[in-house]
Amino acid sequence: MPALTKLSVLVFFLSVLLSSCGISKKETALNEKNQEISLALTTEPPKLNSIKSADAISFIILDHLTEGLLRYGPNQQLEPAIAKKWKLTKTGATFWLRTDAKWQDGITVTAQDFVYAWQQVVNPKTASGYAFILYPIKNAESINKGKLPLESLGVKAIDDFTLEVTFEKPCPYFLELVAFMTYRPIRKDLHQEWGRAYAADAETFISNGPFTLTEWVHGAKIVMDKNPHYWDKDSISLNRINIPYITRDPSALFNLFLEEKIATWITPALGSGSIKKALKEHLSLKKFETGAVFYFEFNHRDDRLTHNKNLRKAIQHVIDPYLYTNKVLGIAGNTPAYRLLPKWLIGNKKPLHEEYPLTPVTIDHKIARDYLARAKQELNLTTIPPLYLLIDDGGSNGSLTGEYLQELLNDVLGLTILLDKQIFKLRLQKQYQGEFDLTFSGWAPDYNDPLTFADMFYSQNANNSAQYENVHYDMLIESTYKTTNPKLRAQLFAKMQRILQEDAVIIPLYYSGNIYVQHPRLKGVRRSRTGSSINFSYAYIIPENITLTESNNQPEAMPETKKVMP
Amino acid sequence: MNHSSAQNTLKKYPLLTYIAKRLVSGLIAIWFIATATFFGMHMIPGDPLSSEKQVSPQIRKNLEARYGLDKPLLTQYGIFLKNIIKGDFGISFTQENRKVNDIIREHFPISALLGLLALFFASLGGIGLGALAAFHKNQLSDHLIMIMVILVVSVPGFVFAALSQLGIMKVNDLLHSNFPIAGFDGITYLIVPAIVLGLGTLAYITRLMRSSLLDIESADYIRTAKAKGLSNGQIFVKHKLRNALLPVVTVLGPAIAGITTGGLVVEMVFAIPGLGKYFVEAVQQLDYTVIMGTTVFYGGFLVITVILVDIFYGWVDPRIQVVK
Repeated sequence: MPALTKLSVLVFFLSVLLSSCGISKKETALNEKNQEISLALTTEPPKLNSIKSADAISFIILDHLTEGLLRYGPNQQLEPAIAKKWKLTKTGATFWLRTDAKWQDGITVTAQDFVYAWQQVVNPKTASGYAFILYPIKNAESINKGKLPLESLGVKAIDDFTLEVTFEKPCPYFLELVAFMTYRPIRKDLHQEWGRAYAADAETFISNGPFTLTEWVHGAKIVMDKNPHYWDKDSISLNRINIPYITRDPSALFNLFLEEKIATWITPALGSGSIKKALKEHLSLKKFETGAVFYFEFNHRDDRLTHNKNLRKAIQHVIDPYLYTNKVLGIAGNTPAYRLLPKWLIGNKKPLHEEYPLTPVTIDHKIARDYLARAKQELNLTTIPPLYLLIDDGGSNGSLTGEYLQELLNDVLGLTILLDKQIFKLRLQKQYQGEFDLTFSGWAPDYNDPLTFADMFYSQNANNSAQYENVHYDMLIESTYKTTNPKLRAQLFAKMQRILQEDAVIIPLYYSGNIYVQHPRLKGVRRSRTGSSINFSYAYIIPENITLTESNNQPEAMPETKKVMP
Repeated sequence: MNHSSAQNTLKKYPLLTYIAKRLVSGLIAIWFIATATFFGMHMIPGDPLSSEKQVSPQIRKNLEARYGLDKPLLTQYGIFLKNIIKGDFGISFTQENRKVNDIIREHFPISALLGLLALFFASLGGIGLGALAAFHKNQLSDHLIMIMVILVVSVPGFVFAALSQLGIMKVNDLLHSNFPIAGFDGITYLIVPAIVLGLGTLAYITRLMRSSLLDIESADYIRTAKAKGLSNGQIFVKHKLRNALLPVVTVLGPAIAGITTGGLVVEMVFAIPGLGKYFVEAVQQLDYTVIMGTTVFYGGFLVITVILVDIFYGWVDPRIQVVK
């Protein structure tokens, strides 16, 4: 036994000694000499196969490794990528590809790579969650539903460098779509050779974007290096993006940032605790609007009480988005929402909300009670039975929101709200099966067009979990399919928004925003509302010998930045 | 003839018989765990294939066919059992191109290493502190150690995890050193997490060690040893320590299993890619195959650990014998 004790003591000291050797191994946020940055992820990317990816983290990694016909440039503008020019008409589009775009093994990217990828996306066997985003292409939906063969998809490679697309219906936002992840090319030979292993590891991943996947230790580490075969490699200044930390723990992420181990993290949103700490450390806080909108959704199915418009109107006239967002939720970064379509959406020439303003609903308890009385009369009830609010236990503030609604509706209208709290997957299931009266829900845009929000309430849309059905609304949606005229489209969307409010289809609550921190010497990080939310392809490091001044300490181009006061 | 010779062999090697028996009952236990988890999991409402974007019924059918969810539940159960025997846990629902076997193979060794290190710190520290407390019974150091033990037992692990991370940051600040505060790039990254993970067990062992040392204080053989004129130190190491260790060994079995499987919080805070994270996330995501794979694997691991500890116990304490 004494020998064992001695051995243990020895091992202990050895390990302490070893740990002090850790001093030499240094991961730093920014490495100016090698042009490297280090970041952290909250979870590892579950699917790096662009035809199947459907989650935010995979999108972010993929956006560095692959490139589509068009891309978002440093300032969030659409610009030529694999396609050097294009022609968009009412019936289709033609893309002329550059001849110098290469895969990481030096093989040229051709029009066939796109045809193959797009056919695989809509192939019912692939079962891609994002197949619907290709539906503007002719026959895509029918193929996806197993009614037509793959070859009938409306996309053709005229030659190696000319891609011709035929539309199912006019699609004025098609250029936005081809920049999206699901539209990226795939290498047929390798996809077939690797099979299920395609994009499962660094060894079975092929890139055609600014970076290559050099190392991927699952759950632990991702390393991306500048792609020497990338056609536009001269505009990329970083040599390497290190992601040596994967954790969801917000305080661990914040500590890594304070220790200058990481330059920022993905997906970064500081909680109120971290914001206080950041202010204490005099860090400059930045704000980024994610583009997503959160709202209460009513169940419009016939057998539900919320099918009654007056009941919905009663509730609508009680909930004040301003009060809710700032006083109840109180999360810095969010802004109150009075309409479904966010401010940043463009109408004809200016933002839609400026061209077609919508007066917010007046918060008036008397009006609300009048509506309730009418609802009771129509429903032939003296008291309204309890209503179920469906929420989940995820990070979307469900419980707080639920308790607020419970209190408020009980106080003002004497309504009983019961909370139905479920794990996320179960909430989704109940939501789509219609087992709720109200649900606290959110929607993030897939492309920069009001349609990405508006068509959620189209009766034919599978994502219409509210099962809202309105012939007039459907007609307006279908009209947008028939025109590319921006003025007419803006008018159509304005009308839809008015219906959503007048019919109390949903009650908008807030547009989500994130407060984040980023190393002051890291510039050129692009943040977007659609596709990949953050991109470091054009990022660069300001050398230590340059003092940060007001002018070069300006934030990134796209998001508005504000200093948040406690 | 054959039968009796086999019986003779078994009689000759009682330990082997014992192990064989334990293994068989272990297998039954694992089968029971697997069956209960399988049906329990399928009975929970919710659906591993649901996602925010709705897919067409055709795609839905294809997905169900890919995972065999289109078959009747009993058929699924049969396939599942057959695959377990083959050692194949299937493909994850959330990470469509990763096998559950690979997830376990890649991440369990890290959890296990973290757990073993934690156990090492816990037993070393627990035995040491317990002995110290017993040695200085009712003195200041005894009281201090006992207060610390109560503190460690009552404060949840994540508080220590967060505090120790802040602690490393302070140390780095003061010494201009660069100790890792999170991540995993070699065993050095596991030292602080292991200490934090082992704290609860350390406290438990300390108490156990102290009380079992005090128990044998008045035993006959200690009096004999004193009468022989042995020094206090000699008595302590040769007679007291070895006997007092016995109860400690018994807690090691469950502790090994608990520590190697219970590192979730520590894995999160220190960004360590262990299996715990996958296990918990699989439950939240209703990732059927990962839930089943990790549960059966942990079940098997627990059974084997307990058997090994029992054998070890017999070796440490010769009084314990396999009785026919």
